[in-house]
Amino acid sequence: MSATLELSGIHAGYGDFQALFGIGLRVEPGEAVGVVGPNGAGKTTLLRVISGLIRPTAGSLRFGEQDLATTPAHLLPSLGIAHVPENRRLFPHLTVEENLKVGAFSPAARAHFAERRDRVYDLFPRMKQRRHQLAGTMSGGEQQMCAIGRALMCAPRILLLDEPSAGLAPIVVKQVFDLVRRIREEGLTVLIVEQNVAQVLRVVDRAYVLETGRVAAEGRSADLVADPAIRRSYLGGH
Amino acid sequence: MDSFLLEALVNGILLGGVFALPALGLNLVFGVVDVVWLCYAELVMVGMYAVWFLYTQAGWPLWVAFAACLPVVSVLGLLLHLLVVRPLLAAPPINQVLATGGVLFLLQGAMTLIFRTDFRSLGVDMPPMEVGEIFVSGTKLAAFCAALVGAALLWAFLKFTYVGTAIRAIARDREVMPLMGVDPQRIYLIASAVGGALAGLAACLLVVQLDVHPFVGLSFGPITFMICVMGGLGNMLGGFLAAFIMGIIVSVGGFWGTTEFSYVVAFGFFIVTIFARPRGLFAR
Repeated sequence: MSATLELSGIHAGYGDFQALFGIGLRVEPGEAVGVVGPNGAGKTTLLRVISGLIRPTAGSLRFGEQDLATTPAHLLPSLGIAHVPENRRLFPHLTVEENLKVGAFSPAARAHFAERRDRVYDLFPRMKQRRHQLAGTMSGGEQQMCAIGRALMCAPRILLLDEPSAGLAPIVVKQVFDLVRRIREEGLTVLIVEQNVAQVLRVVDRAYVLETGRVAAEGRSADLVADPAIRRSYLGGH
Repeated sequence: MDSFLLEALVNGILLGGVFALPALGLNLVFGVVDVVWLCYAELVMVGMYAVWFLYTQAGWPLWVAFAACLPVVSVLGLLLHLLVVRPLLAAPPINQVLATGGVLFLLQGAMTLIFRTDFRSLGVDMPPMEVGEIFVSGTKLAAFCAALVGAALLWAFLKFTYVGTAIRAIARDREVMPLMGVDPQRIYLIASAVGGALAGLAACLLVVQLDVHPFVGLSFGPITFMICVMGGLGNMLGGFLAAFIMGIIVSVGGFWGTTEFSYVVAFGFFIVTIFARPRGLFAR
């Protein structure tokens, strides 16, 4: 069973500072959707609103039948929403396997810990080799694998990825996007926020362009890539 | 080695084990909730009264009184969190310290009202044992063993359970925890209950060695805080090791001088430590 993630007219911010102004966004089951835009456009805020870390001040936020705007954030993994946060936010002093264990904290996930851990290890054999290593001692790319693996432990229906390529060397960025592609091929719905527009448009079906908290453009990846204005602003093209 | 010095050293290690429990409890609560329970030694004091009352007044068997003490102080820890700490979670740290400090005086005052200031003794003692050339107090040895068992159980809980792993995780990054399906408020409650239970266990081990009175917390409270700071606040292993260092300093210092002198040495060592290693002896 899968569900559509649907936002409409979402306003949100931090205290007096408003970051999002009436965002509308839709992710269908099995889709991969990107959110791109410059620094400070509100991309991270958008993901934080979806996963309940920030409450919207107006608008509706639904995942299938579930009203997310009133659901406590810690119940979202059980509903099948997993969020890989900006900068990965691994627990550096815990081992890889312990990080996965924290990811399986929800009562429903605990019963499936061994089976899902083995699936993560199948997906990322590198994580199996390093399962007893402290997460903080691994390379940036490995940490990103671990963070994605940790998110997969709740068997999500939709995976929210916040800047998975941030701070990584170009060759590792390519590996991370290959990884995202593989996760997609597993049939998982993906919503990915990225500054690396050229790369992300190769992976996703559709994308939204966010500028100063508003949706400035949206469309199929191929159309966005062909759009002269987008090329000029984000792809360094002419 | 001089057998008296050896005896002092052994006593120091035994004392360290008993110091370790409240240090672990205090560190656990601080690491998770980020609030210092200034009244921690007074929770132990209330637990000591509970054992004394149930054993000498209510006539319960000692083991039953011990077993009852843990849940009693654990509930006290829960109440402290729900009534005092939780409403102040977003308040400046100084307000949290003042509030739990207020509870310290409240508990001292309440116990004075109920039990007056008399020194109460359990009146149980185990015979000393002769090991090689030295004598070891049976009571202290039993308390030490129980403290190690308590510490080992805590370690296993933190290492192997989901909640324990989440406790170690939340100490580093609380904001990200909801994304893992963890409700931080629930973890705070669990940590407060476990912190209370450790105070309860410490009470059982101390009540056989010290007379209970409303101000007995002053005889081990300050040293517990020093141990926590020396080990690095929130650092469980650091606190555990620092407890033994302090136990040995106090005991061996007392061997060369008086008990008062040994505390001068311990506090002096503490002052030097915070100048030399302000983030704790074992900070990386």
